[in-house]
Amino acid sequence: MSALLRIEDLSVHFPIRKGLLQRQVAEVRAVEQVTLSLNRGEAFGLVGESGCGKTTLARTVLRLVDPTSGEIWFDGKNVSGLKGKSLAPYRKQVAAIFQDPFSSLNPRMTAGKILSEVLYVHRYEGSIPGRVAELLSLCGLAPRFADLYPHEMSGGQRQRVGIARALALDPELIVCDEAVSALDVSIQAQIINLLEELRAKFGLTYLFIGHDLSVVRHLCDRLAVMYLGRIVETGTSEELFSSPRHPYTKALIDAVPAPDPDDDNTNKHGALAGEIPSPLNPPPGCVFHTRCPVAMDHCKSTVPPLSQLGGHHAAACFAVEPSQDAQR
Amino acid sequence: MPLLEIENLTVSLSQDGTETTLVHDISYSVERGEILALVGESGSGKSVSSLAVMGLLAKALRVTSGTIRFDGNDLLALKNEEMRQLRGRDISMVFQEPMTSLNPVRSIGSQIMESIEENLGLSRAKARQRAIELLKEVGVADAERRLKQYPHHFSGGMRQRVMIAIALAGNPKLIIADEPTTALDVTIQAQILDLMARICRDHGTAMILITHNLGIVARYAQRVNVMYGGRIVESGSARAIYAEPRHPYTDGLLQSVPRLDQDRKVPLRPIQGNPADPFTPIPGCRFHPRCPYTTQICREEAPGFDDGLACHFPLTTETREAV
Repeated sequence: MSALLRIEDLSVHFPIRKGLLQRQVAEVRAVEQVTLSLNRGEAFGLVGESGCGKTTLARTVLRLVDPTSGEIWFDGKNVSGLKGKSLAPYRKQVAAIFQDPFSSLNPRMTAGKILSEVLYVHRYEGSIPGRVAELLSLCGLAPRFADLYPHEMSGGQRQRVGIARALALDPELIVCDEAVSALDVSIQAQIINLLEELRAKFGLTYLFIGHDLSVVRHLCDRLAVMYLGRIVETGTSEELFSSPRHPYTKALIDAVPAPDPDDDNTNKHGALAGEIPSPLNPPPGCVFHTRCPVAMDHCKSTVPPLSQLGGHHAAACFAVEPSQDAQR
Repeated sequence: MPLLEIENLTVSLSQDGTETTLVHDISYSVERGEILALVGESGSGKSVSSLAVMGLLAKALRVTSGTIRFDGNDLLALKNEEMRQLRGRDISMVFQEPMTSLNPVRSIGSQIMESIEENLGLSRAKARQRAIELLKEVGVADAERRLKQYPHHFSGGMRQRVMIAIALAGNPKLIIADEPTTALDVTIQAQILDLMARICRDHGTAMILITHNLGIVARYAQRVNVMYGGRIVESGSARAIYAEPRHPYTDGLLQSVPRLDQDRKVPLRPIQGNPADPFTPIPGCRFHPRCPYTTQICREEAPGFDDGLACHFPLTTETREAV
């Protein structure tokens, strides 16, 4: 399989400026030396807690934020330096679905208008009303929804409009940033099924950002776990969930309570102590060492590299023995 | 005698001359020291029914019938002043948003001490001592120094710990926690819920845990009320409800969530349609437009609540597997 999206050694830092001269006094290291690639047609998940940089990474891929260093390659072309008009073709191929359908749809436009606007801006060559009807039906909405405003719809219906908008220009990659997090449980399942159906139908590639591990595991073939701007572990869903190797991944999985009162497997290692340090002043060495149950002395001074563990599995931790998995 | 006993509680909203029923004829009780979960989606009435217990209903909302008895007192008969004294001392509440429920311009210490002085009548110095103890109990390190700090100095998880300290200040018999960890990260969520469960155990405090997260319910609650469209549709022990859900809505909720303890390729079986909107009248069973087992009687007649269940055709092991 060929890589559709390749992110190479990407870092995104935000300067913090102060005073009359706006001198830079510090910087937030939102994304730090991230390398990953998405194959055509796969769903790739990015998980982590708030402040881990997953949304910044997604926004950088969408080219809404400029990378500080590193490169983004899409379909064999380097898109990290594109500006202004030269970005237009890229924007056609890469779409986004956001968390909050309440704020990502224009409240003064009907669903039909919202969808035609995208088509119009990108000079769609077919019949715009025809395409709007087709998009609504693809997302399970009756034609009458074209005349409704966002406030006349439920949360799930609004998210369907958001998905229809993302599909409008036949994109190859859709970045889903917490696309189902704001929805009620029963609606969330409908939207997850819709996303899976559309991926199969159009051979779409998803970059799926989420904090709900069970949702990400269900939807994604491969995923990466981020902590304080860095990828700490990556692998297939099977590898990561059946044999997590990084202590943070283990803690994250343990923290999810199973919907089964007889399940005492959760939290077997006890809740993770402490909180995520500020990305303004990340700890030296391994960023996780302040909360890590197995931290050693050199974790405090040296950043562990992402070491291969066999298969797609890789983890950035000194306590992980690469041999165990690689021998399989 | 149960600690809290709610009978036939109905709460309505008056707006523009029309009455809309938000909570319809619900009855349940909470025993001393137990953790009871209220589960449901948005608009199910889970928060409104709890605000009624706290006497904190918004102006347009009104208890139209039913009784709420707490520790022998009829709460609905209490005068405002009496209710105010009971609130915070005997029943306290932890809200979802620790960002908005703390006063941003007052120090953490003064907010905790206010609650202690008010409810226990302690002197300033003793209240300060107690506030330090409480912060330590909820796991805030360096409590003495933190007392002088303001909410913006605290992270989300730490603010929720402060809210819990405030809720504990009057040694309450019942804590109502409305989505206490929904705004928090999973590792922090586990810390906070473990803390709350430990506090209930150590002090014999009862808790009503309002949540939409079925995993949290399974892990922390002993009993569960499932709410839909302003009614309790099923109630029972957590174990029974998860093992053998009898109401199609409960079953649907359980089938809708992807689970870490199952094969990831198990397809989700969502509930069709959208949650019941209290402003749209639905005849018969409120769940019938979304229910896969609906028959004529479901469309016409609302099922009564009997033996922990409101359904004309309860699921059995055979029917559950037939789908």
